[in-house]
Amino acid sequence: MSIQVEDPRIIEFDVRTDEMLVNMGPQHPSTHGVLRLLLRTDGEIVHEVTPYIGYLHRCAEKIGENLAAPQWVPYTDRMDYLAGMNMNLGMSLAFEKLIGMEVPEKAMTLRVIIAELGRIASHLVGMGAYGLDLGTFSPFLYAFREREIILDLFEEACGARLTYSYLTVGGATHDLPNMIEIPPGLASLTKRDPHMQLTWTEAVLMFLDWLEPRIREYHALLTRNQIFIKRTAGLGVMPREMAIDYGCTGPVLRGSGVDYDLRRDGEPIYTRMYEGYEYEVQVAPFEAAPPEVVLGDNWCRFYVRMMEVVQSIGLVRQGLARYPDTEGEYRVPFKMNTKLPKDECYLETECPRGQMGFYIVGDGKAEPLRARAKSSCFCNLSVTAPLCEGYLLADIPAVVGSLDIVMGEIDR
Amino acid sequence: MTTEEIHALLLEQFSQEKITGSNFEAIDPWIEVNPQDIVEVCEFLKHDERLQFDHLNNLTGVDYFEPDPKKASKFGHDPHVEVVYHLSSIELKHRLVVKAILPRWKDDQEGNLPEIPSVCGIWAIADWHERETFDLVGIQFIGHPNLRRILCPEDWEGHALRKDYEMPLEYHGIRGR
Repeated sequence: MSIQVEDPRIIEFDVRTDEMLVNMGPQHPSTHGVLRLLLRTDGEIVHEVTPYIGYLHRCAEKIGENLAAPQWVPYTDRMDYLAGMNMNLGMSLAFEKLIGMEVPEKAMTLRVIIAELGRIASHLVGMGAYGLDLGTFSPFLYAFREREIILDLFEEACGARLTYSYLTVGGATHDLPNMIEIPPGLASLTKRDPHMQLTWTEAVLMFLDWLEPRIREYHALLTRNQIFIKRTAGLGVMPREMAIDYGCTGPVLRGSGVDYDLRRDGEPIYTRMYEGYEYEVQVAPFEAAPPEVVLGDNWCRFYVRMMEVVQSIGLVRQGLARYPDTEGEYRVPFKMNTKLPKDECYLETECPRGQMGFYIVGDGKAEPLRARAKSSCFCNLSVTAPLCEGYLLADIPAVVGSLDIVMGEIDR
Repeated sequence: MTTEEIHALLLEQFSQEKITGSNFEAIDPWIEVNPQDIVEVCEFLKHDERLQFDHLNNLTGVDYFEPDPKKASKFGHDPHVEVVYHLSSIELKHRLVVKAILPRWKDDQEGNLPEIPSVCGIWAIADWHERETFDLVGIQFIGHPNLRRILCPEDWEGHALRKDYEMPLEYHGIRGR
């Protein structure tokens, strides 16, 4: 009697093809913070993505119910910590709308300058971090070198480098500074005397003059890089209807070809800040796009951000040019114990990552009855599950990175 | 289109029992809809040619309640919970606020979450917004495919944005307060 042995070659090639669950995050370097993605994979193909969020949740909305408006400002900094200025602005405008407060022209111009500088800084991080997601390190270093100078300029204006709390209800906490010492980064990049004294406005203009030609270099380094195009073009394609249905906003929405920007289409209290400024809303498709690019893919979303940097540079220049001649003060006083009316309002502003909304319900007290912060990244992230289906495992960081999320804002 | 015009259009389409109220004096005027008919009304708001509310900006809940019995008489509202929908149209560039008013607890039984039909069949983003509202405000969305907590851990107790919520003293060995 002989024992039948299975052919070892057959055993060797009998590869199991079960589905596998892969846990990505919450400490994965390319998930932009503490995002956890649970992937159901079949080999290299991802069948299902389930995002798990909330690792940074501290219920800022509950905190807001117990604080007066100026006290809540620092909590908004910590939502989108890469664009704290824009968060401050959104929250302040929502309270101003509720109270019916008119802000002087000078404060509005100051806000445009600061908010657009914040947008440049935020998009630079978005660009650098996206390069990092795709495995190239140098754009990240360039982006942070440039951002450092903006942070130095913000530090001169308000004393903080990341959590500014600069724009508050009624205007800003301080006027723009006058004479400053040149930021060290700017001095070494432009080869000036490190102890050079100049006005803040001159320093900003010097920086913008230096930054503008560099953008062409970033395009050469990243946007037109064949490896970068291969990893982004035609991937993560989000059709127009899908972007609207999932409530996507900001560069994600405009990357899908929807011409919608709250700086132009928003509510009057916000749009009047941008009256008289010349800028173009950047919407895909782009004429300059390489032939592989499809409307609504990773490349389009990335390119919208890059083009917005150029527009923001123009806006800051125009703001600085008109700032000395503006009328009024940089703020109107707002008392901490100002009673909010028994009414409610909702206001969205165009933050670098999308439309950040604040919903405030007043109740005759200084503290609101309900302070809701609607996050733009929260909506942008919710599209991940349908967007990543059917892609290769290695493409997941490319798709999630192109949404440019900040977990502090999603979890609030 | 202004909220008044939209309100008139809705009254033309639906009976008075479905469109229960409105406030045009508020900073953001709003229309109140009977909770049971919210899906039908939202369906119309999204698909009607004149309205085209294809973008759900925000969906949230508000708890109107004063936990301190001494101050309750001064509190200007009856205790209730509101679900608020902020809509906008990308094409026509107009906005609308829709509200549905619910009791704080279903059948006045404390702990029984109030119920409203889910609108995530109309706007896909409502999925996450409703999960967040369930998590933090404590509203049950009937017909939601996956109504789990989203920001708090799955075994968290209570709903933080309820006015009578009490901070936990301990969570898995971590001291609160």
